[in-house]
Amino acid sequence: MNFDKELDARGLNCPLPILRAKKALAEVASGQVLKILSTDPGSVKDFAAFAKQTGNELLSTAEAGGEFTFFMKKK
Amino acid sequence: MDTKKMAIIATKGTLDWAYPPFILASTAAALGYETQIFFTFYGLQLVRKDLSVLKVSPLGNPGMPMKMPFGPKWFKSINWNMPNAIQAIIPGYENVATALMKQTIANNGVATIPDLRELCQEADVKFIACQMTVELFGFDHSDFIDGLEYGGAATFFEFAGETDICLFI
Repeated sequence: MNFDKELDARGLNCPLPILRAKKALAEVASGQVLKILSTDPGSVKDFAAFAKQTGNELLSTAEAGGEFTFFMKKK
Repeated sequence: MDTKKMAIIATKGTLDWAYPPFILASTAAALGYETQIFFTFYGLQLVRKDLSVLKVSPLGNPGMPMKMPFGPKWFKSINWNMPNAIQAIIPGYENVATALMKQTIANNGVATIPDLRELCQEADVKFIACQMTVELFGFDHSDFIDGLEYGGAATFFEFAGETDICLFI
């Protein structure tokens, strides 16, 4: 998937992936896509909840070998 | 849609209990909440300039596992339960427990309290210190970080009365 910015939140634990994502989203324009890498299993539910509450769209969630990849489109 | 609001009363002054208010406040801010923390009694320790005053102790806290943050896996999994009476007489026990906890925090990619507090401030979380307890405990305003407001119970209610979430920690 195409993306405009990438955030490496691997090794970080709650709530840092969300806080870093919020910051990274502030640096892209509306409609642009942020790719987020995470190793925190809790981030799967957290990013879904974050998207629901902020209106940013979670385009996809994938897991491979303990690593999670999210694509989020800025509102 | 109106902005959601959250108010927290932070009353604990230990390293472990510093986490809930700062984690919740920074996350709430990231979710778009207007957020305020009212620091009172021991919670005032969380807004000191010097955060090294924050300690954690397993003494009298049966819920706290005492595990080593280093060594092989089998060693790390040992829970070093110790009777309170013994914990109490070992000099520096609290400092050792605090150092071990800080190492565990770093090993797990958990943010430090100074980092979380700064993230809160960057996200415009409003900090209010209880003026009554500042005086009660003999603190001076110069003991605390900049950007703090000082007020009393009525100040807290002015914002808390309009919140969607209000927590006492």
